[in-house]
Amino acid sequence: MAYETIVEDNIDILVCGAGLGGTGAAWEARYWGQNKKIVIAEKANIDRSGAVAQGLYAINCYMGTRFGENNPEDHVRYARIDLMGMVREDLLFDMARHVDSAVHQFEEWGLPLMRDPKTGAYQREGRWQIMIHGESYKPIVAEAAKKSADKVFNRICVTHLLMDESKENRVAGAVGFNVRTGNYHVFKSKTVIVAAGGASNIYKPRSVGEGAGRVWYAPWSSGSAYGLLIGAGAKMTQMENRIVLARFKDGYGPVGAYFLHLKTYTQNCLGEEYESKWWPQLQEMVGKEYLDPEASHRTHRPIPTCLRNHALISEVNAGRGPIHMVTMEAFQDPHLEEIGWHNFLGMTVGQAVLWAATDVDPKNENPELTTSEPYVMGSHATGCGAWCSGPEDVSPPEYFWGYNRMTTVEGLFGAGDAVGGTPHAFSSGSFTEGRLAAKAACRYIDDGKAEGIVVSEKQIEDRRKEIYKPMEHYRIYRNEITAGTVNPNYINPRQGLDRLQKLMDEYAGGVTVNYMTNEKLLHIGLKKLKILEEDLEKIAAEDIHELLRAWELKHRLLTSEAVMQHTLFRKETRWPGYYYRGDALKVDDENWHVLTVSRRDPKTGEYTMEKAPCYHLVGEDE
Amino acid sequence: MPTFVYMTRCDGCGHCVDICPSDIMHIDKVTRRAYNIEPNMCWECYSCVKACPHQAIDVRGYADFAPLGHSVRVKRDEEKGVIAWRIKFRNGQKDIDLLAPITTKPWGTCIPQLADVSAPTQEQRDSQLLFNEPKYIRLDDGDIHTLKSNGLKMKAGVYY
Ligand SMILES: Cc1cc2nc3c(=O)[nH]c(=O)nc-3n(C[C@H](O)[C@H](O)[C@H](O)COP(=O)(O)OP(=O)(O)OC[C@H]3O[C@@H](n4cnc5c(N)ncnc54)[C@H](O)[C@@H]3O)c2cc1C
Ligand code: SF4
Ligand code: SF4
Repeated sequence: MAYETIVEDNIDILVCGAGLGGTGAAWEARYWGQNKKIVIAEKANIDRSGAVAQGLYAINCYMGTRFGENNPEDHVRYARIDLMGMVREDLLFDMARHVDSAVHQFEEWGLPLMRDPKTGAYQREGRWQIMIHGESYKPIVAEAAKKSADKVFNRICVTHLLMDESKENRVAGAVGFNVRTGNYHVFKSKTVIVAAGGASNIYKPRSVGEGAGRVWYAPWSSGSAYGLLIGAGAKMTQMENRIVLARFKDGYGPVGAYFLHLKTYTQNCLGEEYESKWWPQLQEMVGKEYLDPEASHRTHRPIPTCLRNHALISEVNAGRGPIHMVTMEAFQDPHLEEIGWHNFLGMTVGQAVLWAATDVDPKNENPELTTSEPYVMGSHATGCGAWCSGPEDVSPPEYFWGYNRMTTVEGLFGAGDAVGGTPHAFSSGSFTEGRLAAKAACRYIDDGKAEGIVVSEKQIEDRRKEIYKPMEHYRIYRNEITAGTVNPNYINPRQGLDRLQKLMDEYAGGVTVNYMTNEKLLHIGLKKLKILEEDLEKIAAEDIHELLRAWELKHRLLTSEAVMQHTLFRKETRWPGYYYRGDALKVDDENWHVLTVSRRDPKTGEYTMEKAPCYHLVGEDE
Repeated sequence: MPTFVYMTRCDGCGHCVDICPSDIMHIDKVTRRAYNIEPNMCWECYSCVKACPHQAIDVRGYADFAPLGHSVRVKRDEEKGVIAWRIKFRNGQKDIDLLAPITTKPWGTCIPQLADVSAPTQEQRDSQLLFNEPKYIRLDDGDIHTLKSNGLKMKAGVYY
């Protein structure tokens, strides 16, 4: 095939994926590496890419230490209880102590943050959230990244990381292809910051047919952060910790502002409050330590998101669906009504489209809520991602190996969804993590850790062949059949995606099985996944666009395998409402108050699982 | 079909192709106009709609759950720094206009070039500080938070 090979050499910092994490990394890298060569390789166009492509109406992680609102440890405690204890508190503390400086920069760059006219502080939506007019959030942070980067390569789907051949387990750059020209791109770099986002579409979505793109996390969140890192042999953590969202039905419009700012609330089809009646049973499952409604009421300690999901799911299963969001009261206030609509237009326009199409005026009618299919990500209310080093002044020895946010592969860093154990970072926290990773990467280079990297022509040539194989495969076998998409020697990316989603759904706790799985099911699922992996060697791409879909699918597959392996390993139900292990329905602190860590051997594909200690931030006197 | 393109308005300029995060706005080789090649991978994110200079792109809600006859239109103006929306219900009974700012500064002018600011000192490099910290975090002269300053330690075990 006549695609050119384009080599970009001598890069110091390569940012793979420039959403919120990647733009933060590229921006900050320039300060600590003023003479360094900083390059971005991005699958889409950084002006509108990633989960924030359509904008946001809130920044969900802001301490407000400046206004005396919260300290970093307050946020750590919040994230810890929300995730039933399973978080990397060193990374969270570190993110939280820096996040405000990112937000203050955004304001200086022109992002409209709302102010509370009375206090002068930012307009709070909830304790951690501030409200913004964020339609242009992504183009604004993209401007900052463009200011700092030497080069931005848009429309490059990064498929693999390059590995150093002189020193084992050290990164050497990345490769991919241009989704428009088809050209092969080789990036030789001393360090790589992977910020390629989380994974949607690995579980069968509730939407069908044309609507299949209506997923909560963006359909282009292809799990590439995980695919790239797992493929390079980096250790991963908490990959079982997938998230299920309670959202407005079908459109998946956000509910944060509704609950927190508009003070809307939920009820069952009979108009009753239903959550509290599920608490006693749930308390049996998880223990009073994690669910104590009275204490929560007294101290404003939140009830974990997964447990509230559990109540919703159980109520619907008990035959008292649908669950409604009571908007009819709040929406009588014209100001609040306007906020309700702006909230969608700023981050999930599809929900506004749906209400307009179905004549749902929340002023006169309480809209339906539902729980979504599961998603795998590490920056929202969940913590899937790579096992990374923390900062030296916070992290205990098990969590520290030299450079902040460095994975277990040398020179390979992560940010945002890529980093595990750091839920509730959201957009601002992801950007902050990018900044932290960039500073550490500069330091790694200045310490002389990236000397003498060797990448052979063979490695580059092998990857090239691998990347284009789906097109080659199509060319060879297409003419065996008359027309159409049914071929005995290949499947196309959509067919492969459908198979992946169906088996994840049925064996790894998706929507159609009410998020239920067990050891037997997971073993079957893993077996089917291996066969799918074999079939993906025969995936066929008709053109470059399908080649993009083929590689996205391969990244999703690697992500899915990690999810299943981790789910199998953790023999308890830590997060009822996110998923259930039917053969171990209780929280088991005695055996499982630990973080799960995995590694897939890149050569053999074999998994090894281990437990890592869970350290907590405690006061001196505790 | 999520997005679709009006034949008479599109001139094939390719702005939508350039911006779509899902890589699904393509130019048809025969008509030389844009269309959505993969509606089931469209997020209705409106990035292409906002980018089209001729308002040639519109959205028709997903066929599996959205009835026909509604409209959500948008116009984004970077120079004025605003975005204007119009939502029309299927039954014609609701028709709302909404306006929001998208930036408070002339576009792209208030972001410093970090290659030109004075270089960080060795002390800053060795510290936990990021660019412009701690100034950007606090209003007083205090430093960033550490375990020590906040009276904390990391301990293995079970704590709630
Ligand atoms: C509907 C919705 C509502 C949300 N609401 C809020 C909110 O109100 N407040 C808040 O603070 N946060 C919110 N979030 C969360 C926030 O968007 C994420 O936490 C954040 O964007 C994660 O940053 P990231 O850099 O990890 O991923 P992303 O921002 O998704 O960036 C990933 C980047 O990698 C690129 N990429 C992917 N694969 C490849 C590849 N193979 N090669 C090259 N590049 C690749 C993508 O194109 C993208 O640019 C919301 C998210 C969603 C989806
Ligand atoms: S709405 Fe978004 S995903 Fe759909 S075609 Fe336009 S830019 Fe692409
Ligand atoms: S941006 Fe508008 S006019 Fe240009 S190709 Fe796309 S639809 Fe046509």
